[in-house]
Amino acid sequence: MQMQPDLIAEARRQAEICNACRYCEGYCSVFPALHRERAFAEADLTHLANLCHNCRGCYYACQYTAPHEFDLNLPRALADVRQDSWKAHAWPRAFSDLFDRSGVAMAALLTLSFALLFAVAQGVRPESGEGFYAYMSHGLMVAIFAPAFVLPLLTLVVSLHGYWRSTGAVRLGLSDLGSALRSAGQMRNLEGGHGDGCNFENEDRFSHARRYAHQAVLYGFLLCVASTSSATVMHYAFGLEAPYGLFSLPKLLGVPGGVLLTIGSAALAWLKIKADPELGAQGAWGGEMAFVLLLGAVGATGLALYVATGTGAVAWLLALHLGLVLTFFLLTPYSKMAHGFYRLAALTIEAGRQRAGTD
Amino acid sequence: MSECIDIAVIGGGNAALCAAITSAEAGARVLILEAAPKPYRGGNSRHTRNFRCMHHGPLGPLIDSYTEEEYLADLLKVTDGKTDEGLARMTIRASEECLPWMEAHGVRFQPSLSGTLSLARTNAFFLGGGKGLVNAYYRTAEVLGVRVEYEAAVTHLEREDDRIVALDYTQGGKTHRVTPKSVVVASGGFQADTDWLARAWGPAAKNFLIRGTPYNRGVVLADLLDQGVEQVGDPTQCHAVAIDGRAPKFDGGIVTRLDCVPFSIVVNKNAERFYDEGEDVWPKRYAIWGRLVAAQPDQVGYVIIDSKSLKLFMPSVFPPIEAASIEELAEKMDLPPNELRKTVDEFNRSCGDTSDFHPTELDGVSTTGLNPPKTNWARPITEPPFYGYSLRTGVTFTYLGLKVDDHAQCAIGNRPVSNLWAAGETMAGSILGQGYLAGFGMTIGTVFGRIAGKEAAAHANAT
Repeated sequence: MQMQPDLIAEARRQAEICNACRYCEGYCSVFPALHRERAFAEADLTHLANLCHNCRGCYYACQYTAPHEFDLNLPRALADVRQDSWKAHAWPRAFSDLFDRSGVAMAALLTLSFALLFAVAQGVRPESGEGFYAYMSHGLMVAIFAPAFVLPLLTLVVSLHGYWRSTGAVRLGLSDLGSALRSAGQMRNLEGGHGDGCNFENEDRFSHARRYAHQAVLYGFLLCVASTSSATVMHYAFGLEAPYGLFSLPKLLGVPGGVLLTIGSAALAWLKIKADPELGAQGAWGGEMAFVLLLGAVGATGLALYVATGTGAVAWLLALHLGLVLTFFLLTPYSKMAHGFYRLAALTIEAGRQRAGTD
Repeated sequence: MSECIDIAVIGGGNAALCAAITSAEAGARVLILEAAPKPYRGGNSRHTRNFRCMHHGPLGPLIDSYTEEEYLADLLKVTDGKTDEGLARMTIRASEECLPWMEAHGVRFQPSLSGTLSLARTNAFFLGGGKGLVNAYYRTAEVLGVRVEYEAAVTHLEREDDRIVALDYTQGGKTHRVTPKSVVVASGGFQADTDWLARAWGPAAKNFLIRGTPYNRGVVLADLLDQGVEQVGDPTQCHAVAIDGRAPKFDGGIVTRLDCVPFSIVVNKNAERFYDEGEDVWPKRYAIWGRLVAAQPDQVGYVIIDSKSLKLFMPSVFPPIEAASIEELAEKMDLPPNELRKTVDEFNRSCGDTSDFHPTELDGVSTTGLNPPKTNWARPITEPPFYGYSLRTGVTFTYLGLKVDDHAQCAIGNRPVSNLWAAGETMAGSILGQGYLAGFGMTIGTVFGRIAGKEAAAHANAT
């Protein structure tokens, strides 16, 4: 699928003005990458777009924003290209429009998953089993979730491979991936270059709010993944079946993970309400907000499920939680969740290019 | 409303904000009257980028040291001695303590700079540029309780003897009057009033482009000068550089600069060369080209380069005009094709051995027997495609302003105006008689803004 030429042309117009100005040099990785070029091919702009964290520092420092006739709004121009680049590389391509409608898609898929799981839970309730497995057998859960987890990841691999080839396929090393992981882990590009944070939620005021909220979501999510993985290992390798006590590995990882995920998502949603929508991708606000809320709901219902242990609420809470998780997994390649993979790819490619530039 | 105000600061750029913050920290109730709407606040400070700072040893982002004597020598070189040495030394010395003050009030600097200017030792670069600095100061001022009125255009300062008793401004079609105890004028020069420029310069000034804010129209400056407040600086002087001829009439800022002149030939509308393009490295000679172009017919110039020079200078904001032949380029640029061909051929014939060509230093690769000569980087213009840019005179600021003493105080005759201080571009002529030193405008603004703010607050607190 071709990217939209008007979005590319607008990003190119703005990048050329930025390249003649260069005042924003120190804010983030976008500008050193931009200053390497004299002309901007579609691949260059896609690379810049996926490096941009939408911190908005450059917008508020810019002497050329509207009403100036140059009408610069680089965060939006890059957000539009970024959104478009994900759509262009989505695989299978028929699903690429889900990016535009992901809010609606999420609600629809969630309702379906919830209903399905509830029906299954009611209909084929196992004869025996403890905890969750009293409502749904382990085998059934694996039958539903293993493909729902693996297939989207395979889809993402295909998408990212296409993305990598289209941005110029530099030769990458392990050190580049390490650099990208460090950058993502610390959210270095949301520090503003001076350690005061970004300008996301209140015009030109610098704050770490978005950086910290995003880190809470990131690390909360990773803890939840680690919790589930540890439970899987305990189940298969050691025959230790759920439910697990508070001082077990799955709970020690999962409870703080769920808390971080829930609080972080709520904070991100709140910040999104405060931020100027004109500085983000046009038409993507709803889908992004739906995704943040979905992520938060996954964390919150997971925690609620634990609190409700032993009560009658488990039956429907379990279906709701699993419905949310299923929706989240299935939409990963076509929702804002994809940004993490593209961002990591862009940071790795950038590290490779910087290394190639200094060699 | 006026009874709540101790100090009115006229203007909303760097100097005004430094004054407002300093006054507010001294406990005064401060009102900033900024003529521009909020998105355009900050005057020419919005377009600035750095601050020239004396320092003994590494300081913030600055490396090595930059002494008072070296700084002063740099200033004397560009002003040709047209400076008040006492004020200049005072400003230079004060600059050192300004940098930590700026950081403490929210300004952030770039760790180092990769651009073409080699100023890492003498100049501290604002992260994000001057608008970043201005934003930081407005945030700081807000916390200190400074009131800011945008689109508030001061029209008149009413004076009785040696005192300003009231101040009129318009906002939203209404006229307001305030009666502050102290007044700080920091509302810039008059370069955006092209009629005034034309009165001083002649009609050619109507063709000039104004690089900075359209709001520096000199209304307050004219009002005070009309009342006999002491003036300084030559009304016919303005800082003028040659910028891309396609730049906007106002507010083009930094991106309109063109660094390609040393690698080019520059012709006028008759396709004639008129000055040595290779006289010196670009930052040093940049400023003289504004005047050179202003002296040509219709106040335009045309830069001609070929493909081997295209990547030797900073990217330009507008793409060059491109053509496969010199004649085609001439047609695209509205130049007489035969004349341009003749000028280029003559230049090419005068070029000698180019094997010593070195783009970043004076290489001595020059023409022989050509008038005017090109004394460096003279390489024949032969490799298509050929590229052209138009040049126009871009005015950065004017020199005529209010004369102040070392307390930033204005005067009438030999008597100080007891409650009137000036800071920034509007009084910069007190130190900078001609020429320009990169980052010195922000130094003057910061030093005098802080002094004016302190003095204004002391006066207000005493009355």
